[in-house]
Amino acid sequence: MPDAERTPGFATLSIHAGAKPDPTTGARVTPIYQTTSFVFDDVDHAAALFGLQTFGNIYTRIGNPTCAVLEERVAALEGGTAGLAVASGHAAQVIVLHALMTPGDEFVASKKLYGGSINQFNHSFKNFGWNVVWADPDDLASFEKAVSSKTKCIFIESIANPGGVITDIEAISKIARKAGVPLIVDNTLATPYLCKPIDYGADIIVHSLTKFLGGHGNSIGGLIVDGGTFNWSRDKKYPMLSEPRPEYQGIILHETFGNFAFAIACRVLGLRDLGPALSPFNAFLVITGIETLPLRMQRHCDNTLAVAEWLSKRPEVAWVSYPGLPGDKYHKLAKKYSPKGAGAVFTFGLKGGYDAGVKLVSNVKLFSHLANIGDTRSLIIHPASTTHRQLSDAQKVQAGAGPDVVRLSVGLEDPEDIIADLELGLKAK
Amino acid sequence: MNHDNYPDNYIRGILNTVKTIAMVGISPKENRPSYFAFKYLLERGYHMIPVNPGQAGKSILNQTVYARLSDIPEPVDMVDIFRASEHVLPVVEEALKLQPKPQVIWMQLTIRNEEAARLAEAEGLKVVMNRCPKIEYGRLSSEISWMGVNSRTLSSRRAQNLGTGVQRMSLGATNKKGDN
Repeated sequence: MPDAERTPGFATLSIHAGAKPDPTTGARVTPIYQTTSFVFDDVDHAAALFGLQTFGNIYTRIGNPTCAVLEERVAALEGGTAGLAVASGHAAQVIVLHALMTPGDEFVASKKLYGGSINQFNHSFKNFGWNVVWADPDDLASFEKAVSSKTKCIFIESIANPGGVITDIEAISKIARKAGVPLIVDNTLATPYLCKPIDYGADIIVHSLTKFLGGHGNSIGGLIVDGGTFNWSRDKKYPMLSEPRPEYQGIILHETFGNFAFAIACRVLGLRDLGPALSPFNAFLVITGIETLPLRMQRHCDNTLAVAEWLSKRPEVAWVSYPGLPGDKYHKLAKKYSPKGAGAVFTFGLKGGYDAGVKLVSNVKLFSHLANIGDTRSLIIHPASTTHRQLSDAQKVQAGAGPDVVRLSVGLEDPEDIIADLELGLKAK
Repeated sequence: MNHDNYPDNYIRGILNTVKTIAMVGISPKENRPSYFAFKYLLERGYHMIPVNPGQAGKSILNQTVYARLSDIPEPVDMVDIFRASEHVLPVVEEALKLQPKPQVIWMQLTIRNEEAARLAEAEGLKVVMNRCPKIEYGRLSSEISWMGVNSRTLSSRRAQNLGTGVQRMSLGATNKKGDN
């Protein structure tokens, strides 16, 4: 096997990281450990497990060997120290902020985010007393202005859904450093194949596994990666990590677990107590999906560039927002942060406005009209009438989901067939 | 030795070779990292000897505590140091006077003392700094993978059970004599 000096490449990690043959049976593919619980060797072993004194499995709400393979796999691909799998991308965000925030605290978030995240931050999180302060990724000074003494973290997406916005991760990580808070990056649309935010100063990564990591549209899941980069004990800002925890007989997590303490805090304080565990079966499907991640992502990007180029020449199309196109506002940032391709999700505008959008989604035959992204299948949606419906008109435009906007998630079919289907939809009466 | 980046086989070689470990600065409190590491290594079959002047004569996890290294009435293979970096040098100097000399000086996570490391290496000892033997054992045995931790190891061979419980793994037969 690779010697200690050799760092395996991305494709090798996609297949092997975290997945040694099963220690008991020798099964080569990771088994689905479909069990709620794990027997203890004896009373002392049980006590050591519950007290975090040893590594091991207790109960699938806290950890499961199938989920653990997925956790290590994604942590390795992102270049982080540890991972934690949870029930959805939304659950990942709840667990991360739960480890950082107390009621009355603030966090700064990019206003160009997935609409579901905007809703979660604006409403559910406000009910917890976690107050979002919005900033504009196109105006870096707005992030500096948004930081206050109550700020506990900054949250951005590497490639923002749905508008094809590329965020300047490195510049915002400097603002986070200066503020003494961690930078959280949702890397769902890029995946670590296209962009590794930890290389640019991110401290924590969150994923919706549901999208390109799983890649086949069959499982909801989320994942948190600890970058191992943030010093939690520098001040008293993060008591979950730096102070004795009453939940565990006064253990100080950062001192005990070092550079993977954040992932442990998310597991033993967040997941244990809030409960959104991932099913081992879903973990198995996502692990299988990740084995082909580099092949799929490259084909997704190649197909998407072809579709975006074609659309940009169509008379029905007013504009195409894909950072992979030369001349796009974010093309330069895409070259820096996502050089192998700008992802497979983008939006374009129809000259015919809202009605033309409804007509297009109603007349395609290969594209599926649904709310997900990151599937082998090509997907289409009209955000103004669906995913972004709950936002105000101003918020819709801000989030890149105005009335004329159509979003595509380009799949792995033959690009000629994808283009022919769009032509059918655009020409329909 | 590059103390910023140890080859896995260097660490594996140490943990596969040493049998008796004296832990200097162990706390008797159950919630302290030193107690965790002591208990974990004891359960993995190491002969663990606690060293703490404030606890001398008492016992921690049924192991008699000694005030200082020179009080230990048997040879020690490795000295694991749980003291702040600035207090490490006298411990290493004392360790080097032991007969026979230990083979390994290990300084815990966040602890580094370059002068002490040079001194020990000049005497032919192996040195590890800013690492935890519990975490390294967990990493190289794959136990830590159960916690979703990036073990930074790949293998097409299955991890071996230690034989003393379902959830206790060994460091594996391969590279048993692993060296740098």
